[in-house]
Amino acid sequence: MTDLISINCVKLLISALFYTCVLCSSVEQKIYVVLNETVPCVRLLNATHQIGCQSSISGDTGVLHVLETESDLDWILSSGPHPPYMVIMETAFFNRSVMMRMKNSSRVAGVAVIISKTGLADNFSPHTTCPNQNTGVYSESYGSDLANCNGTVWNPLGNGLSYEDFSFPVFALKDENQTQVLRKCYEDHNQRVNGSAPQYPLCAMQLFSHMHAVTDTVTCMRRTDLQNRFSINPEVLCDPLSDFNVWTSTRPLNNSAKGHAADESVVIAATRLDGRSFFWEQAPAAEGTVSGIVTLLATIQALYPVTQEAPPPRNIFFSFFQGEAFDYIGSSKMVYDMEKNDFVIDMNNVHSMLEIGQVGLRSGRSLWMHSDPVSRQNKSVDTEVSEEEGKLSLFSHALSRSPSFTLSLSLSQPLPPSSFQRFLRARRIPGLVLADHNTSFTNRYYESMYDDAENLNVTYPPGLTPDEQLVYETDAAKSLAEVATLVARSLYLQAGGEEKNLNNITADPKIVSHMTSTNTHTHTLTLTLSLSLSLSPSLSLSLSHTHRHMTSSHTPPVTRFVQYILANLTGTVTNLTESQCQNPSELSTENKDLFSYFWVSGPASVNGTREPFCVRASVRLSKAVSPAFELLEYGSRNYSTWTESRWKSIRARIFLVASRELEVMQPALVELTETKQKNISAKTEIMFIK
Amino acid sequence: MTVAVFFGCTFIAFGPAVALFVFTIARDPLRVIFLIAGAFFWLVSLLLSSLVWFITVQISNKNSATQQTGLLIFGVVLSVLLQEAFRYGYYRLLKKANEGLLALSQEDTMPISIRQLAYVSGLGFGFMSGAFSVVNILSDSLGPGTVGIHGDSQHYFISSAFMTLAIILLHMFWGVVFFESCERQRWWGLGAVVISHLVVSCVSFVNPHYQGSLIPTYIILSVMAAWAYLCAGGSLRNLKLCLTCKDKDFLLANHRPR
Repeated sequence: MTDLISINCVKLLISALFYTCVLCSSVEQKIYVVLNETVPCVRLLNATHQIGCQSSISGDTGVLHVLETESDLDWILSSGPHPPYMVIMETAFFNRSVMMRMKNSSRVAGVAVIISKTGLADNFSPHTTCPNQNTGVYSESYGSDLANCNGTVWNPLGNGLSYEDFSFPVFALKDENQTQVLRKCYEDHNQRVNGSAPQYPLCAMQLFSHMHAVTDTVTCMRRTDLQNRFSINPEVLCDPLSDFNVWTSTRPLNNSAKGHAADESVVIAATRLDGRSFFWEQAPAAEGTVSGIVTLLATIQALYPVTQEAPPPRNIFFSFFQGEAFDYIGSSKMVYDMEKNDFVIDMNNVHSMLEIGQVGLRSGRSLWMHSDPVSRQNKSVDTEVSEEEGKLSLFSHALSRSPSFTLSLSLSQPLPPSSFQRFLRARRIPGLVLADHNTSFTNRYYESMYDDAENLNVTYPPGLTPDEQLVYETDAAKSLAEVATLVARSLYLQAGGEEKNLNNITADPKIVSHMTSTNTHTHTLTLTLSLSLSLSPSLSLSLSHTHRHMTSSHTPPVTRFVQYILANLTGTVTNLTESQCQNPSELSTENKDLFSYFWVSGPASVNGTREPFCVRASVRLSKAVSPAFELLEYGSRNYSTWTESRWKSIRARIFLVASRELEVMQPALVELTETKQKNISAKTEIMFIK
Repeated sequence: MTVAVFFGCTFIAFGPAVALFVFTIARDPLRVIFLIAGAFFWLVSLLLSSLVWFITVQISNKNSATQQTGLLIFGVVLSVLLQEAFRYGYYRLLKKANEGLLALSQEDTMPISIRQLAYVSGLGFGFMSGAFSVVNILSDSLGPGTVGIHGDSQHYFISSAFMTLAIILLHMFWGVVFFESCERQRWWGLGAVVISHLVVSCVSFVNPHYQGSLIPTYIILSVMAAWAYLCAGGSLRNLKLCLTCKDKDFLLANHRPR
């Protein structure tokens, strides 16, 4: 017994010795400075190409050089004596010509781009000039003269950087303190003195962002399938981009009855939920997406009470589509489900559609309605066209009722990139897309990191506290509220509602202010009555699979955010208990098919306690993954085939490197000692004889 | 830094010791056994001293820098004393073992002399001490960076390698001198070994002024080398004969084969 105790004590002691680090001053800390905030650019693949950035598996190392002037560019690309270089790129140099020169050079080990507003050009859009040109409605067989932006170039300022394939890592430096650390290291060790080259030791940086997937989606999914089938420990190489669409309706729809809904004629009001930029999970998309989301949410807030009091004959179906930046993932999935009778409604139920595009930058107070000229030109479907025109004139009549802005019809142009195009591909339904631009986008920072609140002109008078900023009605908020009022009234009319109720439909700029506030309070996913959520700075499409290695993102997924706001705006509070809320089918008064139930923690009261309650709303999520992955057509031309590569670690660190001469000299010293040894050992007898 | 630095520092630190092992010890299994046993004794002494240091650090005030430095000095001194104590312990063990070995062996003479044991045990202590000194540093030298971004000296790796080389050779010389002093009951010799060991360990506190630590260490190394040579039976005359290659005549004169 005593032996056992002593053995256990010894074991405990030894394990304690191993697992406690008393003084962690290891050699590694003397050598490396690890950069904590890393924003990488990752690899994405579609049916035919790979885009994004790649590093080698053990990281790419290069001597730091700050790119501030043209002579720096020349130093990096041709005259510098210590290639390869790790370029710290000032904002002004992050454009297509410089990046293409870097791509073609073998002397560049990687790029770290400083993200700041100083030195920013007046436009920067890394997206293509013609977004989603291959998966829209215009093709060789439909409006061929309008396809591939022959009619109108929507994003003329686009430089296509997001769609280039770089063989070196590109990271973004957003943290000013970290950038300062890099600059200091550069100034201490790497700066040129009087034009001569800097001396060793030099400051260097190593970036790790090795991506597992290569070539295209077809290759990657084939290899993943092989792994899943034959490997004991399958290694998934890439994941399809997927998330959820959020939808709701003024009259609840039976979620378990799929296919055609009897006696339902639905007006769809839609907008997109996602954005993207060159870097991973950085997509403020203020003008590109947030303006649409906020407008539609304000529309719902304005419209919902009236539709409950005086319901119009048609149902209004609000939908937020996720993944539209990547060849319309969300909308193509919903259309596919509708055609397959796998959704609550089908295409026969759809009466018309109104989509809210980019509506934030209304210069001169003008708003444009875009329609599809091809479907309107088709004389063979005469009654349909005249019906469309009749409806459109009713639309425009309704929309232009408000005197505070002008509404113009864009007649000879194709539709801008919008989810409505996917609906048109399936069925010629009448529809409009609202936007603040006529021919090309007014958004000069489309799908880039600089499309933030400042781009939307959200400005506050100086001296406001964060709480006051939440409720202050900015001009941007007022403008969006006007659009929301208009959309709400026109939807009510389109749904067949009576004109006498229109005056009760007004969007509240305060709610809009809440939603566009640039406050950076910590986000809470629980619903509070004061709606102190602020719109998160990142709207990038999130992946739904759970095997992510990524560090936790500190912004809540936008999908959840919109879902809970909708539940707040359209739901009713019930007095169910928590267990009843989670299993409402047990009660006869509640219907799980028509509603979804949320257990909400409630507003924080004065003494900090919360009283939770159950909210019943007709808000639902529907899966947004491209039909190509359900059909296993990884090389599909009709559907989105975008996947994102997987990776093991993404990190960065800086350190000093010594010259090669110093390294090579050391083994040479050793050779001398070895040869002497043998001589001496042969003479031991002589040396030690007395 | 890179693989080149790794191999360079490894060979600098362990090259002479490994060469000594290969040419003088590897052929005789008995010597190998005593070498490994010596390494083990050193390891046990390190374990004990680190245990004491660990406990004292845990109960000390972690925020006070002077206290931590004081504890470090205390730890170093304690470690040196424990190492020398274990060297003495090993000496006693070897004396006892030698009698046993003589009883077991078939021959009349001792299979291994106490002088050889001194050399072998010293080298064993040296190997283990060198390994613990430098292996951690070597593994970090494999990466792409070198020391210096926080302002430390660039010569960290190579200085560590040279220091380790000196320590390994010093342990070997100390072993020889120590055992000789114990045999001849010359306690001042023991004291000199302990004091020189303390000096070499404590002079490392002046790092990163590497010249301040390496130069005294190498001076002590050469002094101890000469002393050990004399203890082992060498003389200046033999050395001159050996180096000027007049050994052939000498051997012939003494009827010994080459």
